[in-house]
Amino acid sequence: MSVNLTLLTVMGALYACGIYLILERSLTRVLLGLMLLANATNLLILATGGYAGLAPFFSKDTDPHAYNDPLPQALILTSIVISFAVTAFMLGIIYRTWVLARQDEIQDDVEDRRVAATPSFDAEDDAVIPVETSEFPLTMLGSDGTGVTDSPATVRAGGKTILAEDAALEEKPGSANVVPGPEGGVK
Amino acid sequence: MSIASFAPLAVVLPILGAALTFLLIRHSHAQRAVSIALLSLTLLLECWLLASVWGGGTEAVNIGGWLPPWGIVLVVDQFSSLMLVVSSAVSLAVLVYATGQGMADGDRDAPVSIFHPTYLILVAGVSNAFLSGDLFNLYVGFEILLTASYVLMTLGGTGPRIRAGVTYVVVSVVSSVLFLIAIAMIYGATGTINMADLAIKLAELDQGTKTLLHVMLLVAFGIKAAVFPLSFWLPDSYPTAPAPVTAVFAGLLTKVGVYAMVRTETLLFPGDSLNSALMVAALLTMVVGILGALAQSDIKRLLSFTLVSHIGYMVFGLALSSVAGLGAAVFYVAHHITIQTSLFLVTGLIERRGGSSSVDRLAGLAKLSPLLGLLFFVPAMNLAGIPPFSGFLGKLGLMQAGIGLGTPLAYALVIGGVVTSLLTLLAVARVWNRAFWRKPEDAEHPDPVLLAEAKDSATGHRAGKTNVTLLPRTMVGSTLGLVVLGVALTVFAGPLFELANQSAATMLDRSAYIESVLGENAPVPGLAMGGGK
Repeated sequence: MSVNLTLLTVMGALYACGIYLILERSLTRVLLGLMLLANATNLLILATGGYAGLAPFFSKDTDPHAYNDPLPQALILTSIVISFAVTAFMLGIIYRTWVLARQDEIQDDVEDRRVAATPSFDAEDDAVIPVETSEFPLTMLGSDGTGVTDSPATVRAGGKTILAEDAALEEKPGSANVVPGPEGGVK
Repeated sequence: MSIASFAPLAVVLPILGAALTFLLIRHSHAQRAVSIALLSLTLLLECWLLASVWGGGTEAVNIGGWLPPWGIVLVVDQFSSLMLVVSSAVSLAVLVYATGQGMADGDRDAPVSIFHPTYLILVAGVSNAFLSGDLFNLYVGFEILLTASYVLMTLGGTGPRIRAGVTYVVVSVVSSVLFLIAIAMIYGATGTINMADLAIKLAELDQGTKTLLHVMLLVAFGIKAAVFPLSFWLPDSYPTAPAPVTAVFAGLLTKVGVYAMVRTETLLFPGDSLNSALMVAALLTMVVGILGALAQSDIKRLLSFTLVSHIGYMVFGLALSSVAGLGAAVFYVAHHITIQTSLFLVTGLIERRGGSSSVDRLAGLAKLSPLLGLLFFVPAMNLAGIPPFSGFLGKLGLMQAGIGLGTPLAYALVIGGVVTSLLTLLAVARVWNRAFWRKPEDAEHPDPVLLAEAKDSATGHRAGKTNVTLLPRTMVGSTLGLVVLGVALTVFAGPLFELANQSAATMLDRSAYIESVLGENAPVPGLAMGGGK
């Protein structure tokens, strides 16, 4: 009895291909990668059972050490069933993606892009003259308590100086920085 | 025959409910009645289990009469039964909320009738993971709840949900594969997967092998619990799901990961070999998570980031590996499940009433619906840790334990914890100021519903539907129930904290767990403190 080198080599190859495939953007390849990873893991569990031996049917004449270890086989059966269910579900999702978007690729998160593109300036929080929301307006004073001068208020955004009013407009719908959501509103 | 022999029912009852509701798929009223009745029964049973181990004691049940370490065991102790009760109470509230939503909207679409069986299977998976005394059974519990969560996450199959679902499924499957690899390697190294048996046999391995197995388990559970470098998937995938689904995911799924981490640290790999790494991860989870929350304008995404951030507190308590730290972490888990779920449920109500969950579009809700304001305000202050709420008590316990340890890293964590708490307050206060306090005219682009005459705040108009009840009584009632449960955690914090500390002491001692599974004469190894042999 010896370690089955073929099985171990196959396991390594399956892991390598699986990891390569799940790094792809195409969903079908990701699914194939997950299936390879699951099968490689099944081989690993099989390898932990030790050397090959007799089928574990109990008989009084057999030496206990001659049996194969049955537990890893039970574990593999369970994990095969689980990966079957997950594969079926993934296929359903991939089909749905195809129906909805006509593409087999992982899509970007719209909200992530929106937050990343939003200027650090916030019209309500950061304006030099605060956009007045209280019932007792402080129209004559700037935020620092000094009188308001004639020159228009400016803010620094994205490395250049722009008018506060323009910066406030950036936050409104229709500007380049606000991507409308699929239902019309800003999601 | 002890009370613990009924523990398998905590898994069997929800699965039975799933089968029944699947048969009743065409009868939505019967479906609701069956699922609510069976979940209430499960909750009662689990309260009974908790009462039986309240004063201490650990009981193990051998499934199918197979003796450990060969058969599967379920273990009921203070920590697992506390988790069972809190998780079932929360899932029951969310179920009532979801049925209320279904009845109010008159949804009779096919995907919604799938909700009940899938939801009950999710609950069964969570119970199985909490009770399991066997590493592979824990994996099966995880898979049950994850597979159910894949279906719930993509319920209805709209574009955004499918997009978020793909990320979620792939990340979860990869973490499960890692967990399975770890199980295979542990079995290869020790020849057993019974957790009590492992506690004895892992101690005999050499340090290198032990560290490898330890790291593999922690990475697998860290992905599920959303600990910082592995938390990227959570704020992406949770907010797109339906409100009740997001609420139950936020409350329960990450906490199952935390529970598994606690068992790994206390039972399988005691000692402090990886504690410094865990402390750094906890600090980064808290701070990075809450900074992410501050950048968000959508309430659901903001809450998802605070969820990641507050997982850091639990890892903080766990990494201290003292009775005080672990006890505070146990209390914090119970508190956070309740509070985070109620906040997500309230957000669902806000979305119904205000037409959006974005703070750019919401305004003036405090005037439109003072009850909604109260429902948001109490758990929000609780989350931020304002005294006298349970969030404050849990954080106070963690700070005391951290200062008690007294290392520079522990002090850094204490400071990080205070800063995170203040930033959480800032994040929820911004939501409060914008969504509840400012006038609708001041909002950047308010929803038309907010500007309309507020004659009757309970009804309104939505596109295509007339007189949809915006705040149905069942939905408000179940949210109110959870908020009250959160407040009750504050009122009964004394006995609860005592229970948490006792359970922490039992878990760190390990002998009760090992002896209850393997019998009185099991050789309990001493604690290998300091990572030495």
